[in-house]
Amino acid sequence: MSQLQVHIVTPEGVRFAQDADMVTLPGVEGEMGVFPNHEPLITRIVPGELVLQTGEERKVLAVGEGFARISAERVVLLSDMALYEEEIEEAKVAEAVERAQQALRQKELGEEEQAATAALLARSLAQLKVKRRHRPA
Amino acid sequence: MASTREIRRRIRSVKNTAQITKAMQMVAASKMRRAQLRALEGRPYHKLLEEIAQSLVPQAGQLRHPLLNPRPVRRRAVLVIATDKGLCGSLNTNLFRELFRRHGNDRVYVSVGRKARSFLASLPNSTGATLLAADFELRDNLTFRESKRISRFLLDKFSSGEIDAIEIAHSHFVNALVQTTEIRPLIPLAPESLSQGQPAAAAPEVPDNFEPSPEELLDALLPFFVDWNIYQAILDSLASEHSARMIAMKNATENAKQLVGDLTLEYNRARQEGITREILEIATAQIALE
Repeated sequence: MSQLQVHIVTPEGVRFAQDADMVTLPGVEGEMGVFPNHEPLITRIVPGELVLQTGEERKVLAVGEGFARISAERVVLLSDMALYEEEIEEAKVAEAVERAQQALRQKELGEEEQAATAALLARSLAQLKVKRRHRPA
Repeated sequence: MASTREIRRRIRSVKNTAQITKAMQMVAASKMRRAQLRALEGRPYHKLLEEIAQSLVPQAGQLRHPLLNPRPVRRRAVLVIATDKGLCGSLNTNLFRELFRRHGNDRVYVSVGRKARSFLASLPNSTGATLLAADFELRDNLTFRESKRISRFLLDKFSSGEIDAIEIAHSHFVNALVQTTEIRPLIPLAPESLSQGQPAAAAPEVPDNFEPSPEELLDALLPFFVDWNIYQAILDSLASEHSARMIAMKNATENAKQLVGDLTLEYNRARQEGITREILEIATAQIALE
């Protein structure tokens, strides 16, 4: 069976460059599953979880804002964040969520700051989502 | 021949200079490592972003986004990224020479870094209007958000029609020894601004689909592309600056050491001469007494 070449790149470098059978990524218009021979597409992605399925192996990453370019045999994903499940520190992230929510509720933030805090919150929530859903029972 | 005291004074002063340049070299080296890492780890991201943006160019006609389609250029803005401090070899000079060569009346400048500002202020100016549209500060640990202020400023001017094209001029970091000057068009995105002289990649076989709509996607992607280009250019420039300074200071330290060596030799010679003369005088005096 043909595979997808998947590249996940963040400003910190290339996070993932391997073949996978299927990728599920959080597009602006909802989650989308991508198999090989997908129709070419450029999409924005929103903070959320990305799943890479290779045979029996499943890798889950939390990704942030970015773009993805999908072609028949390649998926290139650019994001400002890409963290493997095991890299996420739940307590820290929960705290960040708390702080961001408080800041958004209480403080008078400038437009730019507001947007930055909201983006941070969305990223943190995506991390929590990945961590909590896939916690071993 | 200079007196021994004079030589000793010079040796001391050269040694002090060497100490200072050595310290500056160490500081630059540690800053360089950090700046290099930041510049290099962003490269793959930058390259892919460029690839994605490039794949949009052939479809520019259909997409009708202002950032994609060239319009007649009446006024061109050049973003000049130099350094804040000097003592970094020929880095700024090379950049400024190239800018000077291309200088024309249709250009306005936006500077980043103090050296850029003072250079641009000195450019010949026949129109009487100020050439420097704005200047921004440069910091070592500049964040993406801060660099965004620069790109927002430029994009606002572009969309209000005050400028019709944006170029970016900065030092490109190749490695610690080599930095090149890069001046390239940024906006409007055109095939030549992206491929930078390389043959354009084969056009995508099927027109791409866009999600959400092409307009919305481009509205998000293209400004971000500009933001990121400017940010990466600043990182590159910082890495170049610290590398150039480290090399310049290393050379200065080596020169100073060489000078100390030469002076020490001269000093010893003078001292030896003095001693010989003294012995000779004592001997002569003794003979005279006998």
